[in-house]
Amino acid sequence: MGKPTRVTNSIRALRFAHGEMTQQELAERIGVTRQTVIAIEQGRYSPTLETAFLIARVFAVPLEEVFQYPEEHA
Amino acid sequence: MSNLERRAWIYAVVAVVVPVAYAVALLVRAPAGGIAASHYAGPMVAAVVGAIVLNIVAGIVAGMWGPGRAEPRDERDRAIDRLGEYVAFYVFSIAAVVPLVLAMREAPYFWIANSLYLGFSLAALVSSVVKIVAYRRGF
Repeated sequence: MGKPTRVTNSIRALRFAHGEMTQQELAERIGVTRQTVIAIEQGRYSPTLETAFLIARVFAVPLEEVFQYPEEHA
Repeated sequence: MSNLERRAWIYAVVAVVVPVAYAVALLVRAPAGGIAASHYAGPMVAAVVGAIVLNIVAGIVAGMWGPGRAEPRDERDRAIDRLGEYVAFYVFSIAAVVPLVLAMREAPYFWIANSLYLGFSLAALVSSVVKIVAYRRGF
């Protein structure tokens, strides 16, 4: 079974670039459980738009730097 | 494993164990006139109440130990819960056709009540399995 979403993300890299922030710390700052942060990082869950914006705000970057969606090829 | 995933596992186990125990109890005590003549109401009520109590007690016990025990329900938990209940609704809607047809054909109450109970049990099991798969594989 493939991943349930085509959305990819750079959360893991961003966490390490921000003082090796732990998944638990990120979870607490955006108001979700650590399991949810793990699921988002692994592409097993697409967060709500609100949570996506909260993650981007934690890392002080635009949303597109956190989440990416593959280009459609005609 | 989150607390809510553990609860989904508990629901799945209870949704299998209790109906099987109920069926065995009915078969063991079946009268000579056939199983449809058996006194099923008492055991069925005991099975339904027992399953509710088991779920509550096991859920409380599971919530007292292990990682994630103190974590509140978040958006992913709510989304997974909705998905499970949504699928369970369709399972029960389809399963409910059986007791409906049995009632129209004026079948014995035993078969109508037990096909309803089977539908409830199936819906509970499928709901739990959907939630577990969603937690494990994503959705």
